[in-house]
Amino acid sequence: MKDMKTPIAKVRGLGSAKGGTHHWLTHRVTAIANIPLVIFFVVSFVGNAGKGHAEWVAWLKQPIASVLMILFVANMVYHMRLGLQVLIEDYVYDPGTKFASMIALTFSCVLIAALSIFSILRIAFGG
Amino acid sequence: MAEFTLPKNSVVGKGKTVKADGATNTKPFHVYRWNPDDGENPKMDTFEVDMDTCGPMVLDALIKIKNEMDSSVTFRRSCREGVCGSCAMNINGKNGLACTTAIEDTKGDVAITPLPHQEIIKDLVPDLSNFYAQYASIKPWMQTQSPTPEKERLQSHEDREKLDGLYECILCACCSTSCPSYWWNDDKYLGPAVLLQSYRWLIDSRDDATGERLDDLEDPFRLYRCHTIMNCANACPKGLNPAKAIAEIKQMMVERQG
Repeated sequence: MKDMKTPIAKVRGLGSAKGGTHHWLTHRVTAIANIPLVIFFVVSFVGNAGKGHAEWVAWLKQPIASVLMILFVANMVYHMRLGLQVLIEDYVYDPGTKFASMIALTFSCVLIAALSIFSILRIAFGG
Repeated sequence: MAEFTLPKNSVVGKGKTVKADGATNTKPFHVYRWNPDDGENPKMDTFEVDMDTCGPMVLDALIKIKNEMDSSVTFRRSCREGVCGSCAMNINGKNGLACTTAIEDTKGDVAITPLPHQEIIKDLVPDLSNFYAQYASIKPWMQTQSPTPEKERLQSHEDREKLDGLYECILCACCSTSCPSYWWNDDKYLGPAVLLQSYRWLIDSRDDATGERLDDLEDPFRLYRCHTIMNCANACPKGLNPAKAIAEIKQMMVERQG
């Protein structure tokens, strides 16, 4: 779209957001935390493969297993939230659609985390 | 959303074919043509260039085409030795300088299109106004607080060496226009060339505005659209690594977070 603004005015735009480093760094830190957590998740699930319901429940009732599973879910969802935000910022231009996508992303991430953690706690503390 | 298909008026059609009269050793050059005045879609014209009377570089072939086959073919060129950056274009799918790309190194037909994802002024000439404005926005000059010395501002050999791999940039825009992040967000993301230039001033020991420069870059779009795709380092005709410069800027950002 043609307008009368100079190129430099467009480039300077609304100025620097004075932010972004925290997001970038947190994305990396959660990625590092994912390494041991994913190893734990894969090793545990492969190790438990083929076992019955009661054995799975007994496994998850162990404090270490339930705590690590909660950390795994929380870290994974946080990492996913940060990563998908970048995806939306990259490809969605319309401000309204962008805002709606961000809200939908945040709400669904919180929902996924809450449901998963509640389920783990219920098994951990359930009778 | 980002556009992944060409808009209707940018779909490229097939153009004319121009043969070299009486030549036996020819090579086809497919050249992107678009004229803002005729209202038509862009086309790929084919020029069968006589290799026996053509210089060694792709730029030589373009000049030969303009001189002998079609004088309306439009492109930028100046130094013809990889110093000015004017003849940056996309040659067989890779951004580079026509003057330093040898025809010998191309296999079969040669397809020449303008630098990707820029507005076109005519044929192979992209509008780089936004690119240049972005360069101006990073204040590419020395900013000082200290009093002006009687003679030059001194710099140790070690500090001077930090500028190697940065000062060589000729601002041809090959890297920025090869970067998908720049394609999708060139209105806000500064792109690899401008960020490399920015780092050139950030790391200069004689510059006193490092903090202010970092403040200006601290932005989810201006800096953090770099997703280390590395097309920039692959495209640079001077063999520089803008992605590394961007990584260094990110490291400086983290360092001052405490």
